[in-house]
Amino acid sequence: MTAAARPSASACPACAAVPAAEALAAPAAQAAPLMLSLPTAHCAVCMSTVERGLGAVPGVRSARVNLTLKRVSVEAEPEVTADQLIAVLDGLGYEAHELDAGSLNTTETDRRGRDLLMRLGVAGFAMMNVMILSIAVWSGAEAETRDMFHWLSAAIALPTVVFAGQPFFRNAWVALRAGRLGMDVPITLAILLAAGLSLYETIEGGRHAYFDAAVSLTFFLLAGRYLDFRTRAVARSAAEELAALEVPRASRLQDGDEVTVPIAELRVGDLVRVRPGARMPADGVVTEGRSELDRSLLTGESLPVPAGPGSTVSAGEVNLTGPLTLRVTAAGRDSALQRMADLVAVAESGRNRYTSLADRAARIYAPGVHLLSLAAFLGWLWVSGGDVRLAVNIAVAVLIITCPCALGLAVPAVVTAASGRLFRRGLLIKDGTALERLAEVDTVVFDKTGTLTMGTPVLRNLHDHSRADLEIAAALAGASAHPLARALADAAAAEGVGPAPLSDLREVPGRGIEGLWQGRRVRLGRAEWLGAEPVAATATWLDTGEGAPRAFTFADRLRPGAEAAVAALKAQGKRVLLISGDTEASVADLAARLGIAEWTAGALPKQKAARVAALAGQGARVLMVGDGLNDTAALAAAHVSISPASALDAARVASDIVLLGQDMAPIAEAAQVARRAVRRIKENFGVSLAYNLIAVPVAILGLATPLAAALAMSASSITVSLNALRLR
Amino acid sequence: MDVLAYLIPISLLLGGIGLAGFFWTLRKGQYDDPEGDARRILSDEWDDRPKP
Repeated sequence: MTAAARPSASACPACAAVPAAEALAAPAAQAAPLMLSLPTAHCAVCMSTVERGLGAVPGVRSARVNLTLKRVSVEAEPEVTADQLIAVLDGLGYEAHELDAGSLNTTETDRRGRDLLMRLGVAGFAMMNVMILSIAVWSGAEAETRDMFHWLSAAIALPTVVFAGQPFFRNAWVALRAGRLGMDVPITLAILLAAGLSLYETIEGGRHAYFDAAVSLTFFLLAGRYLDFRTRAVARSAAEELAALEVPRASRLQDGDEVTVPIAELRVGDLVRVRPGARMPADGVVTEGRSELDRSLLTGESLPVPAGPGSTVSAGEVNLTGPLTLRVTAAGRDSALQRMADLVAVAESGRNRYTSLADRAARIYAPGVHLLSLAAFLGWLWVSGGDVRLAVNIAVAVLIITCPCALGLAVPAVVTAASGRLFRRGLLIKDGTALERLAEVDTVVFDKTGTLTMGTPVLRNLHDHSRADLEIAAALAGASAHPLARALADAAAAEGVGPAPLSDLREVPGRGIEGLWQGRRVRLGRAEWLGAEPVAATATWLDTGEGAPRAFTFADRLRPGAEAAVAALKAQGKRVLLISGDTEASVADLAARLGIAEWTAGALPKQKAARVAALAGQGARVLMVGDGLNDTAALAAAHVSISPASALDAARVASDIVLLGQDMAPIAEAAQVARRAVRRIKENFGVSLAYNLIAVPVAILGLATPLAAALAMSASSITVSLNALRLR
Repeated sequence: MDVLAYLIPISLLLGGIGLAGFFWTLRKGQYDDPEGDARRILSDEWDDRPKP
């Protein structure tokens, strides 16, 4: 396998010169099917386009889209790389990100999901059969016939309750041992008491048995549990598995040979080679080579920084133009990357533990229900003059009728509907309470580079240059992987300017590109290299040998939807701030373009977090939107946080919501959907409360029959679910 | 009422077959992509047998 034999998988042409880069990528592809995230896929046409497109790539055996998870899994020959497929999908008009198949822990998630679904199915089956038998009793079966139906119901219901109720029993046991009364304790008590009392009544030949209630309780609550699980599983799998940006391997120089080793094995003092386009595996000092570094993810600086022998580099920075050799000064736990992660841990521990609405409801609900049913028991014991069987019957009826069927569905049904809707718009809710917190937000803090902007420059003054100059510049730029050069080449190509015929093209790392044009030396590169006067804006210079060097200036490209998102958030009455680590000029320019009045430039990671904490101290509920390592602490410190999928791993982990697509507009919509979702949750609590207000007195008076309980329970559960569906 | 002696076992048996069918579909992963499956019927690129 040589680099020339197939299209270069790496984005930069320079990598093609280093066949080892491909060799490094190949073993990863061999192990498992490739998984790509497809945030913009949404319809039948998308599925067939993607599957057909990928199927046509040589070496691909099969491709299958999963629209629910917005993912495609590709089985391919080992030499097919994810980058290649991403390029193909890009050509088809679909954005794609690689998912790390190695860390795809789907088996565990699948197993738990199937387990819940299986119990749900069993409970559903039992519920329907017991209901049919119960209808016979309700419609007036007497004596032996009734007893037979009761025994049949018992034969179906008891094993079902034991099997399907296990998730609740387990949670209740854990809660009790920790000395808490969660939602699961009253649930467990109600299910077990309903089943136990019914069994006793059946043995005694009594009139009322609540087998149907025990089973349908289990069914409805399992449905809520499953919805809850599903929302979280979809979010967790997609968020964690966006491929880690931290390089897992480094090439260490040993006795003049390059050896690929896992990063964990790097030691201080090792010599490491970093190719153009690759990330620094550890902190170090450059010993050899000249290049430029993209530090935007660490510091927010949008401009590449030159590096040469003696410059220090931090893990996570991207090497852009020339190969570098580093002497490692700090690896693993001591590296800058790790220190940043520690900062996050500190910020995270300081975050107020948010109590979800469901927990708050349960905290009032559980003791209330138990006291009520105890009161009913004691009251009837006293009234009836010691009829224990009657008192227990009524106490259990109270417990069953107040059992939080609707309450157990109230939150999961709404959260599922809301996050499903946001997922279709490209937002992934990672945390169950994120929606509730998002609904409270009144202040939004944006990061600049990589968040509001794409971190990729666009040429601004194309039309200031003559066509001849443009042709030369395009030809020179085409030879480099430097972001400014690429932007220039793209802009020229979009304008229909073809590259001039140049010879002897050569990249001078850290400086620029030079070549020969009609026997003249032409150069494109840094101001200092060409002896030009630097200007304030991001720029590269062209020297054609005649006249002074000419500047090509660039601006950072706005993320699509950024303007709309900022405008919509302001229209919702939220305070919008911009805090960036970039230079004052570029931050001011962007703030003016977006109409953000409050902005801060040159902020260090610690200052960002401190600013967010200060805002929170003033009583503001802060939504932080950021992508870089420098934002991570601030993301963790904020009330709720959003990061784009292109963000560094640590930032995505620290945030509650991940923006899957490039478009930023869904953020404003998310804030609105969150507010509506919280309103629905509260409505649902209201529905359950109203139903309890009517049903509880009936139960306490001893008038509740199993039929009444079944009707009320189903009616309230269905009302709550339908109310949640209004969000979709 | 003697008919119940036949009907009840039959109804339980039929229900049981349904339950077994549900377990089978669950094992086969037919609930992994409900959204996609709902759209896939619109695709005219059908195949004769389900993909593994």
